Amino acid sequence: MKILVPVKRVIDFNVKVRVKSDGSGVELANVKMSMNPFDEISIEEAIRLKESGKATEIVVVSIGPQQAQETLRTGLAMGADRGILIKTDQTIEPLAVAKILKAVVEEEKPELVILGKQAIDDDCNQTGQMLSAMLGWSQGTFASNIDVGEGTLDVTREVDGGLETVQIKLPAIVTTDLRLNEPRYASLPNIMKAKRKPIDVKLAEDFGVDLTPRLTVLGTVEPPVRKAGVIVNSVKELVSKLRDEAGVL
Amino acid sequence: MPAYKAPVKETLFLLNDVFNIEQYRSLRGFEDLSPDLLSAIFEEAGKLAGEVLQPINLSGDQQGCKRLPDGSITTPDGFIAAYNTLKDGGWVGLSADEAHGGQGLPATLTILINEYFASANLAFGMYAGLSQGAYAALNVHASDDVKSKFMEKLASGEWTGTMNLTEPHCGTDLGLLRTKAVRADDGSYNISGTKIFISAGDHDLAENIVHLVLARIEGAPEGTKGVSLFVVPKRKVDADGNAAETNGVTCGSLEEKMGIHGNATCVMNFDDANGWLIGEENRGLKAMFVMMNEARMGVAVQGLSVSEAAYQNAVTYARDRLQGRSLTGPKFPDKIADPIIVHPDIRRTLMSIRSFNEAARALIVWTALKSDEAHRTPDSDARQKASDHLSLLTPVLKGVLTDRGFDNTVAAQQVYGGHGYISEWGMEQFVRDARIPMIYEGANGIQALDLVGRKLPADGGRALQAFLGEIGMFIQAHATDEDMQPFVLPLKTAAEDLQAATMWFMQNALGNPDHAGAGSTDYMHMFGLVSLGYMWARMAHVCLQQKSEGKGDVAFHDDKLLLGTFFAERHLPETAFRRVRVENGSESMMKMAADRF
Repeated sequence: MKILVPVKRVIDFNVKVRVKSDGSGVELANVKMSMNPFDEISIEEAIRLKESGKATEIVVVSIGPQQAQETLRTGLAMGADRGILIKTDQTIEPLAVAKILKAVVEEEKPELVILGKQAIDDDCNQTGQMLSAMLGWSQGTFASNIDVGEGTLDVTREVDGGLETVQIKLPAIVTTDLRLNEPRYASLPNIMKAKRKPIDVKLAEDFGVDLTPRLTVLGTVEPPVRKAGVIVNSVKELVSKLRDEAGVL
Repeated sequence: MPAYKAPVKETLFLLNDVFNIEQYRSLRGFEDLSPDLLSAIFEEAGKLAGEVLQPINLSGDQQGCKRLPDGSITTPDGFIAAYNTLKDGGWVGLSADEAHGGQGLPATLTILINEYFASANLAFGMYAGLSQGAYAALNVHASDDVKSKFMEKLASGEWTGTMNLTEPHCGTDLGLLRTKAVRADDGSYNISGTKIFISAGDHDLAENIVHLVLARIEGAPEGTKGVSLFVVPKRKVDADGNAAETNGVTCGSLEEKMGIHGNATCVMNFDDANGWLIGEENRGLKAMFVMMNEARMGVAVQGLSVSEAAYQNAVTYARDRLQGRSLTGPKFPDKIADPIIVHPDIRRTLMSIRSFNEAARALIVWTALKSDEAHRTPDSDARQKASDHLSLLTPVLKGVLTDRGFDNTVAAQQVYGGHGYISEWGMEQFVRDARIPMIYEGANGIQALDLVGRKLPADGGRALQAFLGEIGMFIQAHATDEDMQPFVLPLKTAAEDLQAATMWFMQNALGNPDHAGAGSTDYMHMFGLVSLGYMWARMAHVCLQQKSEGKGDVAFHDDKLLLGTFFAERHLPETAFRRVRVENGSESMMKMAADRF
């Protein structure tokens, strides 16, 4: 079984995100970028499937600027076999990502695509579902456990109020949740080997997909600063403030 | 609980931008080191430090190592799992030869990664660090037969290494040692004696421990001329290269000590323990010095490591702790008080530590690259220069970085006020841990003597002349560069102090060596200050250049220029009073009778 794992280069989760002074977006210059943490979980799961003999090849793919190649190398250092970089410098929304990935799937013919449930920069949580619909494949989203059967997958999903296990047919789309696994540290020999693993570079424009954003960003602002509290002298005063000023009673 | 984040950006800035590691691409092990690959390696090492080693630092200190009734030694909870992560990740053999299963990368990388590991957990980092030192000594001096027994196991981390020098009555003066070696029929030796203060002497992280042991062969001359080096495993090695039965090597007891509680510091007993000679008979100190020099650089790094960890936490506390108001009026009027980072005295403390740390790291990178060059370049002239540099700077790095590293942990602890004295904040652990690097691998007083007594006069002062010559040329090259004045002018003054002190030694200490002894520690620190001042000038130059080209991160450059200015204003002037101390000689301290102290 071949597994395709799409990965995204995002602001590192440790970085305190700052809004650009003109409000057009967030500051990306000289900010540390890393692989989307959910995508690390996807790669880890793919590697475990390969280690247990259930998968044969892991291909990582990323759509983004040239530097997304570093993100692919991170995946290769963890244990993926080869990478595909689809280069573009413009903002790509989930719909366009899903369309490009559909084309990649048709070319690579994986049996399983494992994606992070969402990217921590825009929190869209759409790509996996859109890709599933476009391909007409089954989907198991928010996975916290995956069992491979004969031509099927049992996917345990994290849903509101508990866990739900669904059986889906292969080929399939799985999106990963936080508790699926704990990604490994890349070993030094694998970091060295990753340098020699192949990365195919393609241009997003060459996929014949309309990449135009469908959304317009009107503004980006920092969350409002929390105002200082007031110490009240009595319960009576508290109740009257809640009723008259806050209007919550 | 304290936290730690590896300063990967700093490391990469030094390697790529300041010291241009690219220029070494033709040397063995450097071929593949593109900025991307360096970044991948240091990022991952930094993650291991912060996520695997740091979380067991405080608990490891509190729990410590234990000696069980059967004589076996256990490390604190979590150490075995963390060690396995490090070992399985191939990090121990980063610079080991590929023939032994290592990655063959430059020692510079190992040294810089060990900075992260020791920042995160000094006691833990030593286990692998000693293996790397033992590997290096065996690689240079051991026979192929001995190598075949140990090198792969050390490189993989399956077995760990130690160095056994000290005995109860002999530390610095190894000529006094009594451990004896008796030649066996098969050409091996049986070793008997007691060694103390043996770091990582016994533990539960590896199935076998490879001891490098100094001993005297029966009938060998007294003093250092009769000392030989042996490799003695804890367990014998069978025909397949696996650890077999015990070998008469036991840990008699664990030393109770001030810090590094997570490292097992052992009294080691050798009872007819079977081992092999390393290098030539009676030339053991020479062979051991490979490991010692490696270890001295490693210990220098530890000084920086703990200082860096203490700094990071002191900054966090200074930002969080709300207390009083700024001298110039409230800076955070919406809060009940200002964070203490508004105060000049807190800022002085923090900047003092950081401006030291960043230059110290630069000095390590510079010297570590010279070390690799000395070992790997085919050009004999370059090799000699690099080797001169390494030999001159090793005692300076060891003495200055660990002295100041300790001072810095105390200063960082002070930022915490009373909480700095409370164990759960972790600052008092940094202070205790930072104390040992000043002592082991040659106490810092010995480093100062090594510098003044051996390194300065070696080869007619060739190394010192080259060092001062390089700094002089740099100062001259930037004499008219206005932006560089805040860095090169104070450096010039400091270098003149150093030259004057050197001259004073030449004129006065040859006739009376006590003058050299009396001034050696001050001299070593002057040497350190000039070296660090030069590092700041180099870093400032790169920042100014990148700024003018519109390259890189402006905030990063601006901070560096401020820190460099602070260093020139606050640290470098210290050379003046140290020079006076040197020139005041030894008379007052030598005149008083020993029984009147």
